[in-house]
Amino acid sequence: MYDIEKIYQAKDVPDAVRALAENPDAVVISGGSDVLIQIREGRLAGCSLVSIHNIAELKGIEMDKDGTILIRPATSFSHITNNDIIKKYIPVLGDAVDQVGSPQIRNIGTVGGNVCNGVTSADSASTLFALNAVLELTGENGTRQVPIGQFYKGPGKTVREHSEILTAIRITKDNYDGFGGHYIKYGKRNAMEIATLGCSVSVKLTPDKKAIEDLRLAYGVAAPTPMRCTETESAVKEMKISPELFEKVGKGALAEVNPRSSWRASKEFRLQLIEELGKRALKQAIINAGGTLDA
Amino acid sequence: MLKVINLTVNGKAHELAVDDREALVDTLRNRLGLTSVKKGCEVGECGACTVLVNGEAMDSCIYLTVWAEGKNIMTVEGLKGPNGELSPIQKAFIEEAAVQCGFCTPGLIMTAVEIVGTGKKYNRDELRKLISGHLCRCTGYENILNAMERIVDETYKVVGK
Repeated sequence: MYDIEKIYQAKDVPDAVRALAENPDAVVISGGSDVLIQIREGRLAGCSLVSIHNIAELKGIEMDKDGTILIRPATSFSHITNNDIIKKYIPVLGDAVDQVGSPQIRNIGTVGGNVCNGVTSADSASTLFALNAVLELTGENGTRQVPIGQFYKGPGKTVREHSEILTAIRITKDNYDGFGGHYIKYGKRNAMEIATLGCSVSVKLTPDKKAIEDLRLAYGVAAPTPMRCTETESAVKEMKISPELFEKVGKGALAEVNPRSSWRASKEFRLQLIEELGKRALKQAIINAGGTLDA
Repeated sequence: MLKVINLTVNGKAHELAVDDREALVDTLRNRLGLTSVKKGCEVGECGACTVLVNGEAMDSCIYLTVWAEGKNIMTVEGLKGPNGELSPIQKAFIEEAAVQCGFCTPGLIMTAVEIVGTGKKYNRDELRKLISGHLCRCTGYENILNAMERIVDETYKVVGK
């Protein structure tokens, strides 16, 4: 038995928004793999829940006519990894969420919950940053679109208002077409682990595949929120694939991040990971984009 | 608050009055007597309570019973043949001595059902990843992986994809 004050099972999105507006203390629960554990641990003990678990309109992945990929937020991690659209167009996201927890957790945990928790270590977040995902929030006054770069306010804090529900995650074609991506999660174990550091790189090469046309360098746990290294990204534009490029990316990232020491790892170790994983992720992303490293 | 829900467990339809704060593991064990479903960590880490919900392996300790409305649940009890025979997956576990104290076994068997159900062939490293949601403190996993390999190979020979 969970220590829950009350639970309301919303029938659809407007019902969930209404229930949240009426209960200023209620917590949204979707898959439950974070919220139920926090109740068990005592952090959320005695809370009121608004469940969006079984709302069908919040699940699934589709592609619009203009090539925009729409991921509905209550889609489970395993459904993302096994989805044909994801496998074909943004395999890096499927790979990233395939590193969350365990197979059972990936069958229940949702990408929307991963993002709405606001934690910097979320395995999906850095890749969604690299893909310039746009989040759709639905509240009492209709919907609004928030680029993921503007979604996080601080550790565990997002711009989502209390009565708002995340209703869509969209990735437009210009943010995945022609790109190759790679995500590296660093943890002490290969499963049931929270990232000590996560790095996601998305790269588009010039038509001759010898230089960088567009680079996105994103990190989790390199700062209080997931982040992009935009200065480094601009600095390496049009650079040839070369040892200098990798050096510049690794060193450039160091100047932009702000990791902290925690019981998982020291700041110094995280800085070393940031430099090294940035290079490694970029190398694999270049290969995934059709390039070669000895070009 | 008590809530009436309808769900199918091991092929049989049930109408149950459950507390809306109840985890599925408690409903299955205490209301339906399905004690193959083990209660271990209760925070989704050990996998002992793994059951199939609509064919997908889930930790029933972090699954609210009220969510199971209209769903199909399967536990180890649902695997037995018409005359009480063990399933090929259970037999593989016995053949490979993959069971010691037995606490993790029912959960692992249910994950094996999900894996075998895909009809795909997996190598040992892939299987290692697929059983990473289960903790076993006796076997060191080697014999469990042997059993998994055996049943995956046997299935692949028959239905291979």
